[in-house]
Amino acid sequence: MAAGSLFASVPRAPPVAVFQLTADFREDRDPRKVNLGVGAYRTDEGQPWVLPVVKKVEQKIANDASLNHEYLPILGLPEFRANASRIVLGDDSRAIKENRVGGVQCLGGTGGLRIGAEFLRRWYNGTNNTATPVYISSPSWENHNSVFVNAGFKDIRAYRYWDAAKRGLDLEGLLEDMERRFLFPFFDSAYQGFASGCLDRDAWAVRYFVSEGFELFCAQSFSKNFGLYNERVGNLSVVGKDADNVQRVLSQMEKIVRTIWSNPPSQGARIVATTLTCPQLFAEWKDNVKTMADRVLLMRSELRARLQALGTPGTWNHITEQIGMFSFTGLNPKQVEYMIKEKHIYLMASGRINMCGLTTKNLDYVASSIHEAVTKFQ
Amino acid sequence: MGPPDPILGVTEAFKRDTNAKKMNLGVGAYRDDNGKPYVLNSVRKAEAQIAAKKMDKEYLPIAGLAEFNKASAELALGDTNEVIKSGRYVTVQTISGTGSLRVGANFLQRFFKYSRDVYLPKPSWGNHTPIFRDAGMQLHAYRYYDPKTCGFDFAGALDDISKIPEQSVILFHACAHNPTGVDPRPEQWKELAAVVKKRNLFAFFDMAYQGFASGDINRDSWAVRHFIEQGINVVLSQSYAKNMGLYGERVGAFSVICKDVDEAKRVESQLKILIRPMYSNPPINGARIASIILTSPDLRKEWLEEVKGMADRIIDMRNQLVANLKKEGSSHNWHHITDQIGMFCYTGLKPEQVERLTKEFSIYMTKDGRISVAGVTSGNVGYLARAIHQVSK
Repeated sequence: MAAGSLFASVPRAPPVAVFQLTADFREDRDPRKVNLGVGAYRTDEGQPWVLPVVKKVEQKIANDASLNHEYLPILGLPEFRANASRIVLGDDSRAIKENRVGGVQCLGGTGGLRIGAEFLRRWYNGTNNTATPVYISSPSWENHNSVFVNAGFKDIRAYRYWDAAKRGLDLEGLLEDMERRFLFPFFDSAYQGFASGCLDRDAWAVRYFVSEGFELFCAQSFSKNFGLYNERVGNLSVVGKDADNVQRVLSQMEKIVRTIWSNPPSQGARIVATTLTCPQLFAEWKDNVKTMADRVLLMRSELRARLQALGTPGTWNHITEQIGMFSFTGLNPKQVEYMIKEKHIYLMASGRINMCGLTTKNLDYVASSIHEAVTKFQ
Repeated sequence: MGPPDPILGVTEAFKRDTNAKKMNLGVGAYRDDNGKPYVLNSVRKAEAQIAAKKMDKEYLPIAGLAEFNKASAELALGDTNEVIKSGRYVTVQTISGTGSLRVGANFLQRFFKYSRDVYLPKPSWGNHTPIFRDAGMQLHAYRYYDPKTCGFDFAGALDDISKIPEQSVILFHACAHNPTGVDPRPEQWKELAAVVKKRNLFAFFDMAYQGFASGDINRDSWAVRHFIEQGINVVLSQSYAKNMGLYGERVGAFSVICKDVDEAKRVESQLKILIRPMYSNPPINGARIASIILTSPDLRKEWLEEVKGMADRIIDMRNQLVANLKKEGSSHNWHHITDQIGMFCYTGLKPEQVERLTKEFSIYMTKDGRISVAGVTSGNVGYLARAIHQVSK
């Protein structure tokens, strides 16, 4: 019967690299193994961490008999949207005061990116922007490309960003690639607070653009800074020239949301909204965020110190000059392969490591392994 | 400016109305006999269990919670089904029914090479059309609702379906058709399956009300199981918004019945490629609740009783509405109200009558005359009957 073989030609898609890495790590029996792959925070015991403030708020929610499981509005929980936008744009944001900011509660940062991309493809410049170029940093999170391709964009270009030689920002290249008549900024804010430990500092770039008069989108994720990974909490902030423009944009985003997920999940948004609107909980949250950021900063300085003490060839200041969960170590594919196969230390082929995978217990082993990899292979 | 959503826009208007007697018969969310949202006891118990376990918040896999996926497929097909036993299927967790339909639509757009055409019953849920359209499919319709009888246009449906180009996609509501409440009888489903098989059509089932329609989960999924038994490899969207009252938690599943395990694995890998750039991975809260309920014998039993309770109340309200209309002295035939099933009822009222109901009586429903029976209570069924009689006599 033909119906039985309709999908005979559907090829087996390769697994997403970072998840395959974790799968391989899980299968590995070596007791020394370390997972420096997927981006989730870990404690110094190598365990996931549910933020104490989140536990508190979940208890509050569980005990609140007035809450139910009714649908949220299409654009999400109003208190969540407004406060999420306030967090990234700042309490004193002129754009908020002028009522030209809108928020769309989305499924994580990915959801925010997708809704923003779908909107831009439909409405950015005329009603068909499939040919409009989209610039993504080289390198970037690999899903950025997929989001924009699946939203219908056909011309995705890279702008220079990472300078492999100096292991830092290729500012000259970036500015050259940005020489264009007009660009629409789409920010991806997945680590506010998590990078420096300070919310305001990590939002500086977005706020600067807003103060310079840009209209922009900002896809915010609360997966890392609230540790709410599997609740899928995100917000797409829209900054426009005036309230009317923002309202019309939101009305069109509503239509887009309706055919993808209809309305967003309530649990995570409730947790975030409750936390952000209560001064005590908010202070506790900031403290929890700083705890995570500080541990990462400590691992950075400890790793760098060890590599320098070992006399590992090359320079290692980039380990502490880089910021956030990840570090582009500069290890090449051969060295990465050595790390995985011989040392059972799992990292991405790009040389990217998740600093959260480091602990006081495995720092020595990781440092010495890097030292070996770099001295054995060039 | 985008126009307000026709369904959810009704609730917004209702909220603004200050009339004490106002009734919201718009959006399809269950209400108890006091007109209040109902959180199932089985859900509360499952939530308490989850809270006690103190689990972490790590990302789910792209395809979602594995225990949920398995339990969901078993609920739909029956755990002794040959498909389940052989493993020749894939089920992925989705963002409720909408998310499931969208993933399915995108999957067909990318991999179903035989046709771009999707046939929906006329009428269908308003959101079906934009979902399939946004995914890149072309929409068509087959006759379904007969306005003369407020019932199923069986002859019209068979006639249209027998003329659908081979290998087109045809969507069926598994039970409790939305918006009409009109379901085919089992003998009619058998004939529909036969013509689908004959025309080599691709069957897409949307099952948003399993258990909620008749009160019996097996009866409500009979059509899906029958098609599969006839050798038709269907795809299926499931929602737990209504039958578990998990609306805002966004719990759903998308299943593809395949030729064999290998095809299922290949299909699963491609579903993940579609999901990742949409939202990466699904929310856990609702799926955990559903999974615990479905896999704990006590909670499952309690849930089945609760879902029957909801279905029974709806049926009771239908009966009361018809009885009250008779009492009001209406001369019209209102049998369709009790013949129809599920949350919704196509009253047969015209747009002008609907408008009068809203303006004169603060009774809110969609323009097509659809009412959500869940919004009817023993306290307001009399008022509703009076109002309907006033605008239709």
